Amino acid sequence: MKYIEDFRDQKLAAKLLDDLARVAGRLNRKATLMEVCGTHTMSIYRHGLKGMFPPQIKLVSGPGCPVCVTPMGYVDLAIELARKPGVIITTFGDMIKVPGRSSSLARERGLGADVRVVYSPPDAVGIARANPDRQVVFLGVGFETTAPSVAGAIVLARRGGVSNYSVLCAHKVMPEPMEALTSGELKLDGYICPAHVSAIIGEEGYKPLAEKYGIPCVITGFEPLDIIRGVTMLVRQVAEGRAEVENEYDRVVLPGGNKKAQALLADVFVKADAVWRGLGLIPQSGLSIAPGYAQYDAAKKFALAEPDSRENPACICGEILKGLKEPLDCKLFGKTCDPENPIGACMVSSEGTCAAEYRYGERRPAHA
Amino acid sequence: MCVAVPMKVVEVGEFDCVAEIDGVRKSANIMTLDDVKVGDYIMVHAGFAIAKLDPVTAEETLTLMRRIVESEGGAA
Amino acid sequence: MRDDIIMLGHGSGGKMTSDLLAKVILPALYAGGEIPELEDCARLPLPAGDICFTTDSYVVDPFIFPGGDIGDLAVNGTINDLAMGGAKPLYISVGFVLEEGLPIEDFMVALKSMNRAAREAGVKIACGDTKVVPRGRGDKIFINTSGIGMARKGVTISSRNAAPGDMMIINGSIGDHGIAIMSVREGLKFESPVVSDTAALHTLVDALYEAEVEVHVMRDPTRGGLATVSVEIAETAGVGIRLNERAIPMTPAVAGACEVLGLDPMYVANEGKMIILTPERDAQKALAVMRSHPLGKEAAIIGEVYAADRPKVTVTSSVGGTRIVNKLPGELLPRIC
Repeated sequence: MKYIEDFRDQKLAAKLLDDLARVAGRLNRKATLMEVCGTHTMSIYRHGLKGMFPPQIKLVSGPGCPVCVTPMGYVDLAIELARKPGVIITTFGDMIKVPGRSSSLARERGLGADVRVVYSPPDAVGIARANPDRQVVFLGVGFETTAPSVAGAIVLARRGGVSNYSVLCAHKVMPEPMEALTSGELKLDGYICPAHVSAIIGEEGYKPLAEKYGIPCVITGFEPLDIIRGVTMLVRQVAEGRAEVENEYDRVVLPGGNKKAQALLADVFVKADAVWRGLGLIPQSGLSIAPGYAQYDAAKKFALAEPDSRENPACICGEILKGLKEPLDCKLFGKTCDPENPIGACMVSSEGTCAAEYRYGERRPAHA
Repeated sequence: MCVAVPMKVVEVGEFDCVAEIDGVRKSANIMTLDDVKVGDYIMVHAGFAIAKLDPVTAEETLTLMRRIVESEGGAA
Repeated sequence: MRDDIIMLGHGSGGKMTSDLLAKVILPALYAGGEIPELEDCARLPLPAGDICFTTDSYVVDPFIFPGGDIGDLAVNGTINDLAMGGAKPLYISVGFVLEEGLPIEDFMVALKSMNRAAREAGVKIACGDTKVVPRGRGDKIFINTSGIGMARKGVTISSRNAAPGDMMIINGSIGDHGIAIMSVREGLKFESPVVSDTAALHTLVDALYEAEVEVHVMRDPTRGGLATVSVEIAETAGVGIRLNERAIPMTPAVAGACEVLGLDPMYVANEGKMIILTPERDAQKALAVMRSHPLGKEAAIIGEVYAADRPKVTVTSSVGGTRIVNKLPGELLPRIC
């Protein structure tokens, strides 16, 4: 697989890890680095990278899994819609098993609701076209990597005169949560910045993190060699006392990002305050559908209430998402809380910190 | 943020293209990219092309990585 | 037969049923051989000793796919369950539940495949049954096959027999069947199509025994894939299994399709693959035997068993790191995140 296999080369990985160890040797204390992208979390686990990094580096996972940080109340709204006669729910596979307060979309499907997994948002518009007497709702979850495809589908619906299509929008954006985390208890030495969000938004958005908060930022690709190299660039900044935005993934990410995608987002969406499961409200960190496209806003079309964002009090996901605790620190982990019965955000998606630990990690609770 | 796959464009339309990886072909929407040509590499996420991949930069990156020498202060 | 679709009357036991049997089902299932007398049960000779008995139901959508159809799966799958127990497959039964509206032409595709698969394997279709359910109450065609085989003397195959030092060998590439199915559902096109690997493995098993390979465990990684079967073996035997990602055969098209769809190939279904666990001293011989068989040309050693204080399956990744493999929590779903 061109441009995938090359960046998984074992010999090169070994060389890069040696280089990283050398650079890390220059540190006079441990460096805490946070990756804010669930895909980074998954890639690190899948390739077994965590065990290969030098001991001076502490890697923590941040709130970068969009499914995980979507309030449980959103799933309840989706379920409410799924139960309406004539509604077809269309969604990415990631949302199917996420539990709401008392059910899930998978379960509703079993009870007779029309819930369909689609590969791409325009496919959902196609379903609307093919079923003119039904209402098709697409569950819009994801960051700036995904939001353009959802926006594009809305534009296609408008162009095609498709009126029985709407989006239940819960999109979130970076780097607002990254800034929110800087005021927390965790002392962060660097951010591993998301690869494909950055392909859309470019480098600018991360500059305040470096310039105002003095936190090094490196936009890093998802393949193992990218991750090792990105971490090395961060550690080098820390060792040299610099705080800049650097781009490891320059074969894909342009400094200005994808301007056309940004324009599309600005046309179809507006920034809004958003509640992040486990983190609370972060101002201007979400997207809602712009007034000009109100007919495609499922919340308006179906006069839905605001999603309920109450949490289970025993769940420590908030602290895990802030990088303060780890899955194995949680009393519920692997006991009452597992991928089949997730209690909190971190276990909800296969990309969540706890789910990744459960799937790929050792599963031995610290206090067991 | 999310998984995207590098695919090579084999057919181009106005808003869509057909791209392939290892003989696997799938259509991708290119409405957010300018000037897509057959032979270009695009990153595909959920059926949408979100960016191009520049082969020249990719090769440079690999070359850079290969040149990291066993000495103090190797290149980044 | 003038009917072109299955109707409720075909399942009612009357003239329509006997016509369906006489004009469609029996000629197709027994083409090239003798159509048996229809009785309430079949009387069959069995050799002395233990028999092996298995059952499986087949519910696949689409039921005709690149490389085969539900008929191939229904016969090969049940033969393989017997073969994985070291048994010689002898007889299978076949039960159909057909949905009203199923085109008879499509039904015949499955019937012809079952006939071909059974004849090639030397297995007799001993008995059968057909029911019809109203439209909307069944997904076009469900098939159940049960199989009886002759247990191999002196051989007990069980996952419990996995022993530290055993090597795991697979007979070929993973993911072909699952991706062939997914490709139809997801509209993937291929330059060289990915086709299902559905195949009967009993002659490959015979070859291993003929060569006197010491076989500890045999399993076919169907639903849930290589990962699930490995975890099951580790849990049953209480051992550790270490897999080598780079050694696991996979076609580039399957690898590419998995990337595009966001699937992990270790969990994708296979229908013509088997893994064996054999002591290290027999590993090279087993490999050679497999590679000289048509169904084992791409055979490879992909892992090893080690003593562990608790059951564990790990994979050494392509960059040399280690990750743990667990059972799939539920459905295998494509992911974008």
